[in-house]
Amino acid sequence: MVLSAALFIIGVIGVMTRRNIIVILMSIELMLNAVNINLVAFSNLWQNAAGQVFVIFVICVAAAEAAVGLGIILAFYRNKETVNIDEMSLMRW
Amino acid sequence: MGQAIAFYTLAACILGFGVLVITAKNTVHSVMFLVVNFLFVAGLYVLLGAQFLAVIQVVVYAGGIVVLYLFVVMLVNLKRPPEAHQDRRRRGRLGVTCSLVVLAELVAIAAYKYVSPAAGLPPALPMGPDNVAQVGMLLYTDYLIPFELASMLLLVAMVGAIVLAKRDL
Repeated sequence: MVLSAALFIIGVIGVMTRRNIIVILMSIELMLNAVNINLVAFSNLWQNAAGQVFVIFVICVAAAEAAVGLGIILAFYRNKETVNIDEMSLMRW
Repeated sequence: MGQAIAFYTLAACILGFGVLVITAKNTVHSVMFLVVNFLFVAGLYVLLGAQFLAVIQVVVYAGGIVVLYLFVVMLVNLKRPPEAHQDRRRRGRLGVTCSLVVLAELVAIAAYKYVSPAAGLPPALPMGPDNVAQVGMLLYTDYLIPFELASMLLLVAMVGAIVLAKRDL
């Protein structure tokens, strides 16, 4: 459980301090992995296989989100030629 | 005893490579560390008795998603690292935010340290050495609707990704 929290925090720090959008997406994947570790650990503790089923769904959602996120990055890069999120401020006021 | 040693070794490796993922200068190095991280997490799943999940993790995460990331990194074709050391003040504020998040998480862990199983848990099958069969049985009986919804979600995500990445529509 502590491992899962530590990994989650590492992911959050990665999301907030890096400016490369690809590394930000990877940190999100790290966070999702931390959640999965937590679920599997509790599934083992309570000897209940429902946690593992939920992990399957989380992995599935993470894969879908990674694919769409990377598609967005590709579409953005074609217009702007940058992966620095400081320069991706089209929607800012 | 051996299980404890294995767990701590795996945990140290997972955390170490996680830190390396977010602190590597080169993006390709970050992706490589992410792959190794996923493999260690799969090892942890085997240790925790979730063999089906370990294999799924290796195949889907380490095999598919990381390949996607590598494709995008190669297509984006970074010649120089986009990290410029500006905005010291913003980094400071981010540091404060991160430490607050750390604090909140540790407090939550300490407060809910001895949690007993919730009464609202569905009476799912207990785990055993026949892990794949039991997970499969659960997927198709108790959790059929989320399973179908997940497949719809994957279809929508696939269509969305293709539409986003097409060069001319």
